[in-house]
Amino acid sequence: MTIFAGTAGPGCTISNLVTSEAKVSGLCTAKGSLSIPVEYRSIAPVLILGVAALVLLVLSATLPKRRYPGLWAGLTALAGIATTVDGIVQWANLDNPANTALTVGGQVLYDHFSAFFAILFGCATTLGAAISDSYLSREALDGPEPYVLMLACSAGAVLMAEAAGLITLFLGLEVLSISLYTMTAYHRRRAASGEAGLKYFILGSFSSAVFIYGAALVYGATGSTQYFEIFQFLTGTVVVHDGVLLAGMALLVAGLGFKVAAVPFHFWAPDVYQGAPTPFVGYMAAVAKAAGFAGLLRALMLALPTQVSSWRPAIWVLAVASVLVGSVMALVQADLKRLLAYSSISQAGYVLIGLQAGTQAGWSAASFYLFTYLFMVVGTFAVVGLTQGRGEVRNDLGSIRGLGQRNPWLAGGMLVLLLAQAGVPLTSGFLGKWLVISAVIGKGQYELALIGMVGAAIAAFAYLRVALLMYVPAAPTPARPGQPRGEGGGEPAVAPTGPGAPSGLAEVAGDLEALATAGLGATATAVALRAPSTARLRVPRATAAAIAVCVAFTVFAGVSTPVLSLAHSIGLTWSL
Amino acid sequence: MTVPGPWYLVLAACLFGIGGAGVLVRRNILVMYMCIELMLNGVNLTFVTFSRMLDDLGGQASVFFVLVVAAAEVVVGLGIIVAIYRRRTGATADDVSSLKG
Amino acid sequence: MTPAAVNAAYAVVALPLAGFVANLVLGRRLGEPKAGWVGTLAATGAFAAALVAWVGALGQPSASRSFDLKVFTWFPVAGLHVNVGLLVDPLSLTMALFVTGVSAAIHLYSIGYMHRDPGFDRFFVYLNLFLFSMAVLVMADNFLFSFLGWEGVGFCSYGLIGFWFQREVAAVAAKKAFVTNRAGDMGFLLAMFLLFAHFGSLNYSAVLGGLVGGHPTGLLAGAPGAVPGTTATAITLLLFLGAVGKSAQLPLYMWLPDAMEGPTPISALIHAATMVTAGVYLMARVAPLLHYAHATAWVVACVGVSTAFLAATIACAQDDIKKALAYSTISQLGYMFLAVGVGDYTDGVFHMLTHAFFKALLFLGAGAVIHALADRQDMKQMGGLARYLPVTAVTFGAAWLAISGIPPFAGFWSKDAILASAWEMNKVLWAIGALTAALTAYYMSRQFALVFTGRARWAEARPTPGGALAGAGAAFAEGEAGAGHAASGPGLPPPPHLEARPRDPSWVMAAPLVVLAIASVLGGGINFPAWHLDFLSRFLHPLFPATGAVASTATKWALSVVTTILSLGGLAFGLATWRTAEHPVLEPSFLRRAWYIDDTVSAAVSGPVQALADGLAYVMDRRLVDGFVNGVAGLLATSGRALRRVQNGYVRSYAFGLSVGVIALLAYVAFRVGS
Repeated sequence: MTIFAGTAGPGCTISNLVTSEAKVSGLCTAKGSLSIPVEYRSIAPVLILGVAALVLLVLSATLPKRRYPGLWAGLTALAGIATTVDGIVQWANLDNPANTALTVGGQVLYDHFSAFFAILFGCATTLGAAISDSYLSREALDGPEPYVLMLACSAGAVLMAEAAGLITLFLGLEVLSISLYTMTAYHRRRAASGEAGLKYFILGSFSSAVFIYGAALVYGATGSTQYFEIFQFLTGTVVVHDGVLLAGMALLVAGLGFKVAAVPFHFWAPDVYQGAPTPFVGYMAAVAKAAGFAGLLRALMLALPTQVSSWRPAIWVLAVASVLVGSVMALVQADLKRLLAYSSISQAGYVLIGLQAGTQAGWSAASFYLFTYLFMVVGTFAVVGLTQGRGEVRNDLGSIRGLGQRNPWLAGGMLVLLLAQAGVPLTSGFLGKWLVISAVIGKGQYELALIGMVGAAIAAFAYLRVALLMYVPAAPTPARPGQPRGEGGGEPAVAPTGPGAPSGLAEVAGDLEALATAGLGATATAVALRAPSTARLRVPRATAAAIAVCVAFTVFAGVSTPVLSLAHSIGLTWSL
Repeated sequence: MTVPGPWYLVLAACLFGIGGAGVLVRRNILVMYMCIELMLNGVNLTFVTFSRMLDDLGGQASVFFVLVVAAAEVVVGLGIIVAIYRRRTGATADDVSSLKG
Repeated sequence: MTPAAVNAAYAVVALPLAGFVANLVLGRRLGEPKAGWVGTLAATGAFAAALVAWVGALGQPSASRSFDLKVFTWFPVAGLHVNVGLLVDPLSLTMALFVTGVSAAIHLYSIGYMHRDPGFDRFFVYLNLFLFSMAVLVMADNFLFSFLGWEGVGFCSYGLIGFWFQREVAAVAAKKAFVTNRAGDMGFLLAMFLLFAHFGSLNYSAVLGGLVGGHPTGLLAGAPGAVPGTTATAITLLLFLGAVGKSAQLPLYMWLPDAMEGPTPISALIHAATMVTAGVYLMARVAPLLHYAHATAWVVACVGVSTAFLAATIACAQDDIKKALAYSTISQLGYMFLAVGVGDYTDGVFHMLTHAFFKALLFLGAGAVIHALADRQDMKQMGGLARYLPVTAVTFGAAWLAISGIPPFAGFWSKDAILASAWEMNKVLWAIGALTAALTAYYMSRQFALVFTGRARWAEARPTPGGALAGAGAAFAEGEAGAGHAASGPGLPPPPHLEARPRDPSWVMAAPLVVLAIASVLGGGINFPAWHLDFLSRFLHPLFPATGAVASTATKWALSVVTTILSLGGLAFGLATWRTAEHPVLEPSFLRRAWYIDDTVSAAVSGPVQALADGLAYVMDRRLVDGFVNGVAGLLATSGRALRRVQNGYVRSYAFGLSVGVIALLAYVAFRVGS
């Protein structure tokens, strides 16, 4: 970002921030004055989301008590769209560098980075609301509350992205987290949901405490919690090895590493993903990760760029561990949501790879990755939410078996999303991985590029397992181990597509089964092959639209460059 | 007699550590949560100490935010804990472990 | 260029895509015939758009008719910027015009031909996708985007050869075409790697722009952007390998005769008029590069002329009406490569155009005949059809005279020009080419005579042992779902007497015949070699490096007279001989079996090569590769299962894990501070 001293418009400028004598942790006040200049334009996304949450609450209290199908989701989606549009408006406004500002008492940064993430969280809110509606009415959970939580969570996420100091970041983090704890535990009749909520809550509070302790230590070492002042202090003072500062930095990394589910702070993720209501998982996977990374990027690039040689090795280890552990663990999962949880851990590893580069290419790649991952993961969990059936009875791999027959369009969409997560070319997933890897190659870190590619290859198998299972016929095919293969002419009775089908289709199906379950244990294999119903799967309209948007965007961002150029023009340095 | 600033910091670190250890060893969910509160209080003490040492009000202001957040967490946390207890009275943290692998 | 023309250029690509999407989504619902009309409309619209773009380009001075319309950057990766963009220049406009024009005619024809086929909508989905891919192939502004179209047409060809995939032969033929084309594609890919390595770009104008009109000496002598002769040779040879696969030249031609298993409109459009000429287009596109690769040029000319001759001989002894035309296509493609090889790019393109007209017409006429005879394809069982199918006979006749090189029909002018250029390059090339011209006239006359003149052999009942006709393995190739004649499924004997006497097809099928017949008669006019009527030459002139020596007018005249006499001789001999159907002497079995080439290859592949592959599969694949892969996979699965134990479900274990992480980070920090 670019901040010109004294030219930042009505917002609080750097010059008066630094020179003001009554310095109350960055509150920008002239001596003897209590007026805090607020530039509402910069916090409009937070306001939109927060006001929408309040509107929902007021409406739910004043409207007659009955069901309002689609109303709450619709309003939430509307707020999400408004946020997206506002983000785009902000972006256009920020194309004039003079509009970049440190504002609201120096607590909020108004720059391309925050606009980018406002767009991201706006999209996430819209899509999250669209896929939650049918799920909540299916599970008889509908009402305004989950949407209020979702809006609050998004507001917290936006706040994290535009925070200009550790305390604002902490507030955003907590608004986000507390909403997510509740959303996780929201399914009252599922024991797993309560358990996941409890685990998330205990571990989340624990890591929040770690994070804020880190903030306290950084404050002690530098005298401020504001990024700019920390940065100024560290550039003005020769701090070679300040133990307190570095310990604080380590705790900050650990606290935010928890939010983004980086190994070894990832333990909550599989349990929470498995237990939480499925559409919320899609939303959470996108938003919590993006917000955590936004905070981490801000803190490391803006406050602690001078300590890069200290934090890079730590992030390096987290990145490698996340990529490898996530990929390997995804291989052996028999539960679909759990598999996707481990996959999201491995995806976080790639963002970390981009982040640790600490360069323009690195954070552009990370931002692009997060933006595109949002669409992949929301779409994927939307499909899982449809196949699992009422009461989330089937979350295992077998629930997706035969989807190619039950609903070819849905299976096709899911295939695209899975391939994107595996990083297949012509999808945004490929471009994201490519950018990350080229960013580290640009820094000469070939070992990291290699590990990234190996991890992608391992994870690809987990995704292909799911993709294959979708096309294993749902009707059980009798296993015929001893029979010679490929001689054709075989048993029209078992040919799955009826008379006239080329011989050998049954064998093909058998091969698919074998390939799709390779490496799973015996129990898991049995689970994965337990056929679901063969009835055609109906997709509610809003969910279908959301999935279509996700798939279309995944392809669009994979073959064209608008999002890429947005990500490329994000700056994360102070220019004085 | 004056107590030097670093002593407060050490005390705060001890509070934080005791809280952390408590989360690891206790099985009662409520007590686990109390331990987390203890950690947050360690943080608060750190903030206040640094605030005095640096002669800067920012640290003390931060404490208010931490307190508010802790209160909000209690509300949500207790709600979740009550929901669990409603299902199974007397459950310990180890009893809710069906999600694993 | 005017905005209208620019938009029209985009529309050439966009309209078929729109038709494809519309038919993909709505085709099933639209059903017959609406799906067909949607497809035809898209193709016709593309043709109209191509016309507008062409007119727009004509409005520019002749030297500046090349426009690179960049749509967006496809992927900008370290040094390689690949655009999605269109190159509008005389060559791409010429290609787009004839591809969309012939396509539109064949779309219309298909509505009639595919009548009552259960896959009617699927057929038009493929057709529009094909047209889109072909438009991308010829109009792309860089090699990679072209390659996308190249693969797209390959895929459509695969899907359409195997359109009636229930039939084993069709499925096998589709696979054969696909596999053979992959061999060629490898060449294309390698060429692109070399191009990028040498030029740092895959854009046509970046790679070729500096070469057109340049001085070869300067370029070869290390000036900026110079191409070493060997690099140019390597690149063009690899591209030629791709072209050989796509355009069915020696030694990769064997898939094309088998590709006749597809519906006849497909044979006309993809396997005669357009897709198979993509190789010629590619070579013409890289003409500036080929100009400096003399070795490649020689290889191209030799491969072209030998293919032309060999395929012509085989065509003399085929009984299947479509197979004979397929070999004829291979032979004519050989002429085009001969033209490119001798540096006469314009006449290569010219022959591509005229050939598209008359060969598409021949196939469509053959389709009409096959239709009229309830899916019979054996020419020995036809005869005397001129009386019953007058429109078909007259139009087919026009195409016959055109391909035979009889003046003033279209084929004469293009073939003659190629042979004249060949004469200047090498007399042997000319001699083989001229001989091939005589053969061409002969086998085409044989075909015309067998089908349209003589006794009406189709009316005679004939016992058919085993349900297949002797001497024609694929006599009922279009059996099962072909055209709704339920009685003639595979394995069933043909009806001894047709339900009705053979008739000319309906107007949707007849109209394209007439249009193409007019083009076959007058097509030579687009490049008439006198009175400044050589429009095509002048249009394409700025793109191609100057041809070497040009034959003098006297030589040209003399050569024309000689080839015309040869052609007329072949024509007369064929007509006279094939009034009756049995002349075993003229059909020796080595010709009937296509010089045993296919058999030899099959034997080799199923014998030693198969054994080698089996051995490799066992030793290399199962033991080494599989062993390694399985070992790694097993290791990963085992470690995954071990790690699962850490994830034991207890919150305090998770908190412990977290704490370990925090403590490890703090320890690292302490270590850093300490050191």
